[in-house]
Amino acid sequence: MSTHTITVTVNGAAHTAEVESRLLLVHFLRDVLRLTGTHIGCDTTHCGACTVLLDDRPVKSCTVLAVQADGRAVRTVEGLEQGGELSPVQRGFREEHGLQCGFCTPGMMMVATALLERNADPTEPEIRQAISGNLCRCTGYVNIVRAIQHAAAEMRGAAAAVPSLGGEPVQPAETTGATA
Amino acid sequence: MIPSRFDYVAPASLDEAIAMLGSRGGDAKVLSGGQSLIPMLKLRLAAPALVVDINHIPALAYLEERDGALRLGALARERDVEESAVVRERYPILLDTARVIADPLVRNSATVCGNVAHGDPGNDHPATMLALGASIVARGPNGERTIPAREFFVGLFTTALADDEIVTEIVVPTPPPGSGGAYLKLERKVGDYATAAVAAQVTLDADGTCARAGIALTNVGPTAIEAAEAERFLAHEPLDAGTIDQAARLAAAAADPVEDRRGTPDYKRDMVRVLATRALRRAARRARGERAADAAGRS
Repeated sequence: MSTHTITVTVNGAAHTAEVESRLLLVHFLRDVLRLTGTHIGCDTTHCGACTVLLDDRPVKSCTVLAVQADGRAVRTVEGLEQGGELSPVQRGFREEHGLQCGFCTPGMMMVATALLERNADPTEPEIRQAISGNLCRCTGYVNIVRAIQHAAAEMRGAAAAVPSLGGEPVQPAETTGATA
Repeated sequence: MIPSRFDYVAPASLDEAIAMLGSRGGDAKVLSGGQSLIPMLKLRLAAPALVVDINHIPALAYLEERDGALRLGALARERDVEESAVVRERYPILLDTARVIADPLVRNSATVCGNVAHGDPGNDHPATMLALGASIVARGPNGERTIPAREFFVGLFTTALADDEIVTEIVVPTPPPGSGGAYLKLERKVGDYATAAVAAQVTLDADGTCARAGIALTNVGPTAIEAAEAERFLAHEPLDAGTIDQAARLAAAAADPVEDRRGTPDYKRDMVRVLATRALRRAARRARGERAADAAGRS
């Protein structure tokens, strides 16, 4: 019971391996499958650098056991490009300079991918809410938001109509709330 | 960070899970969302011999209103709460609470029952469940029992749950007409534990007096704290600026905070007063059905 044979579908391909119970999903991806596009940042469930999609939902792969992914589908940044074509989200990050050092970028792009699969036309607050579990220390998030908007517009077939930033004030997530 | 070695099982039924949980002399842990347990395993604050994964028990995955109560099964995730029309309509305090827990990625996995069962004073649902008068249903080898929330939180990371019991459901009584609630949290940044937070749930009579008030506090003591004096004070009082101010002072007096990087005890106590004032105002607005004011208050 301390080792298990698991089969995980990663970016469409089934992988079977024997793993220890304690092996984390991020280590399975990086060390067993050698998919090192998924980064380890804080290793404490805060930063989101290790974000992957588990059955289409973004999760922090440093906080999932590899055995928990048995029989399930994982998507990583390596799965975004299809047939030599960057995905719309990848193109958005390139076109809008959505990265500087690039460390948070795989996680950001996976969150953005999941968001746009569920919501083709997110508002800026919805985008900021979606990436609120992913930390970027370079960009100040402005270009990341713009990159996701670029991708959304392209996916809707209206790349020319990218909304400009700076008009609508950003609504912060509800915390302390306002008085009456 | 790598956890200590442990055995892992993923039973397909609750009975099997309970048997396995009791099989290691108390040295076993339940894995539901894993968003508290796995960090603790990695930090080696927990090193159980056995982890019992209950995610393969589909009967535990529900969030539904039935027999006069909202019932949250052990696998109801925070995102299920966020996406529930019933919660948005009739239990807005629960939506408030879910939305300020950690971040959206964590909420895709994290469960409400896990948040309560963990016994962490920094977790957000315990105060909300106290304010709502909820109960916790636990199953063990000797059967099922229902524990009122006010008897569940015993001490720091300590609950009324036995080692071989699993929280299977949380039962939130459906508030009567004229009810409203709110949960307000002060946090340093997204995903942080509360510097202080206040849950308030009120029921107003037809004439506007307060028939019942539930008020409870997060992360200002070894457990979530029910502000019982503030609740008693508000009962049968009109809910106005004066009574809310007095109730908020009583709530602050119930806090028992310690100094840490989030602030001094005096600061936290005063934040409880401020948050209690705002939570009671918002709860009253919701109880009166003032949706426009409610929406404005979300900015």
